[in-house]
Amino acid sequence: MITTSNLSKKYSGKEVLNVSALDIPKGQSFGLVGNNGAGKTTYFSLLLDLIKPTTGHIKNNGILVSQSEDWKPFTSAFIDESFLIGYLTPEEYFYFIGDLRGQNKQDVDNLIAQFEDFFHGEILGQKKYLRDLSKGNQKKAGIVAALIGNPEVIILDEPFANLDPTTQIRLKEIIKDLAQQKGVTVLVSSHDLMHVTDVCQRIVVLDKGQVIKDIVTSEATLKELEAHFAGTVNPV
Amino acid sequence: MISKFISLEWKSFIRSASFGKSLAIKIVMGFFALYFILAFLALGFGLYPILEKTFPGQDPFVVVNGLIFFWFLGDLLFRFFLQKLPVMSVKPLLTIPIKRSSVVHFVLGKSAVSFFNFLPLFAIIPFSIILLTKDYETTKVITWVVAMILLTLINNFLNFIIESFSAETELSFLPIILFAGALFGLNYFNIVDVSGALSSAMLAITSNPILLLVLVAVLVGMYLFNHKILIKKLYLDHSLKTKIKEVTTSDLGWTKRFGDSAPFMQLDLKLIWRNKRPRSAVFILVIGLLYGLFFYPQPMYRDMPIMYGFIGVFVTGIFLINFGQFIPAWDSGYYKMLMSQNIKYEQYLKSKYTLMVLSVIIMFVLSIPYVYFGWKILVAHFAAAVYNIGVNSYVIMLGGSFNRKKIDLNQRAAFNYQGTGAVQWLIGIPLLLLPLAIFGLLTYFVDFYAGISALILLGITGVIFHQKIMRFITKKYLDSKYEMIKAFNQDN
Repeated sequence: MITTSNLSKKYSGKEVLNVSALDIPKGQSFGLVGNNGAGKTTYFSLLLDLIKPTTGHIKNNGILVSQSEDWKPFTSAFIDESFLIGYLTPEEYFYFIGDLRGQNKQDVDNLIAQFEDFFHGEILGQKKYLRDLSKGNQKKAGIVAALIGNPEVIILDEPFANLDPTTQIRLKEIIKDLAQQKGVTVLVSSHDLMHVTDVCQRIVVLDKGQVIKDIVTSEATLKELEAHFAGTVNPV
Repeated sequence: MISKFISLEWKSFIRSASFGKSLAIKIVMGFFALYFILAFLALGFGLYPILEKTFPGQDPFVVVNGLIFFWFLGDLLFRFFLQKLPVMSVKPLLTIPIKRSSVVHFVLGKSAVSFFNFLPLFAIIPFSIILLTKDYETTKVITWVVAMILLTLINNFLNFIIESFSAETELSFLPIILFAGALFGLNYFNIVDVSGALSSAMLAITSNPILLLVLVAVLVGMYLFNHKILIKKLYLDHSLKTKIKEVTTSDLGWTKRFGDSAPFMQLDLKLIWRNKRPRSAVFILVIGLLYGLFFYPQPMYRDMPIMYGFIGVFVTGIFLINFGQFIPAWDSGYYKMLMSQNIKYEQYLKSKYTLMVLSVIIMFVLSIPYVYFGWKILVAHFAAAVYNIGVNSYVIMLGGSFNRKKIDLNQRAAFNYQGTGAVQWLIGIPLLLLPLAIFGLLTYFVDFYAGISALILLGITGVIFHQKIMRFITKKYLDSKYEMIKAFNQDN
């Protein structure tokens, strides 16, 4: 579904990302982990054509993302709060995104009805603007908005951060369900090793912009990752 | 302790991201400040001779003291809308072992050195120098100056007290209007002669300097009252937290008739109505509409058809200019999201275009009563409206593609130059001067109708080539996509 080749990004001579090849097949739940500055958000931004690659390219379903915009109808993302429109209520925001993705009000209502549990009564019908919600609740709204319009590729940057434990568990179920039942390709980045190993079928570790591990998740993965990140402090 | 606060303050000034970056804005703001200073200086020097002429036989010093009441009220109103207590910056200090009381002292002390308190000095001091040259008693004059400074400071703190009360009411400017209105009313209808009382109080003080202590006592009282209010509010759940209002929503179904761009139209309308900054662009409409009244009633301008075109462009295009100059910066907060969504950029721009065209039409209709001053004015306004629709709307959107400044929608509107760059100043040239030149030259060398026809023709040409021009503008926006995303991502 997503092919990356010879991708690199430099900021004033300093390389922040260099991925020679990375293929993500359709329907995979894919986890990206790494310390701060590893290049996770840079990779996602390149995938969404928000920044220009220095070399190389990314193809999303065969479409070169920096050349054509045809990948947009089947791709959706929630990177950070700047994806929200602060002066709309959550409902208005969902309808707006729905409009952009060709969904009518009823479609959107049906979709968000499934997430009542996830919202925990704190999003819908609150008569508040998104800018006045807490960080965690903003994140919930943003994540659900990324699910509107049956996207085939969903990109979530740090979806677990700022969420309460109950919501984290529910979000894990949602992500698993998307990948396994609906065949959606889900890309997730996280600092929480436990959550990614729970959710993702495959985990890639980035360090200073380089892919240094590419693991198919198994029982031993969490241990392996913990050993790796503990080790980066004192390289063996 | 105070020296630490001052060093913090200095660092925040020097290290702020906008320092040095937006030099042009600084210069313009500097000009504004200079303008006010010069105006006050002129007032200070000119007041004595003016009063001597207008109130012959009366002592100008006594007349001035009679007018102090109105100065006081005006100053208070001015402050209320422009001066805010800088409370938010103390948030990080709350968890540090500094006494709350000294934080409050600092905030209040800082407000005393505001520009608003220095400005009156530029009028007070020249006036008192003139008083000295006219052989008024030196002690009297000095006492008067001190009294005026104390009055200014009293106003400074009185304003914060009023502001703190108005923050709790729904209509935030109601208390100040009530307060000022009540004082003015009592005075005007001679129920209580406030201005007379204030005037005799000032005269009493100047002849008996010991009475200055009364003013000092009032000032200290105001200061302590402020201190009392503030120290109670210095908690995260009070003034440091922004207010959350319950919102009402409307579905704006009528926008559906605009087809593809309907979602964006709804978004734009909500943008305008729910955020302070763009909302002020709407209120400026009123000013724009009344702009013609500055000129048309004067026979001097009425006989100058060249002016009609300029005023017409301004009156019918006021919203276009105010709203349009910040396309697409209005959406800078969520620009990344828009760019990753499945949108056609053309629809996005078309929504802005439609809004601007609607505003021009509405403004033209509202300006029809100017026909009272001559039907040529109506014709000129019509031509200007067509020109605004067919040319200026594109020009301003094209200018927007050079926009690299983020706008924080929640900031207050008046005197806010955030998001203003060189583009905003340069765009004024083609926007206002070009039609003025075309219309002016043709009217001057040929006749009025040649100027009118030229504006209308240009406008119609623009409308005919709408698709082509829009495609060109869209391309410009797409070309600068990455730069815009990068710029809008930075806080300035």
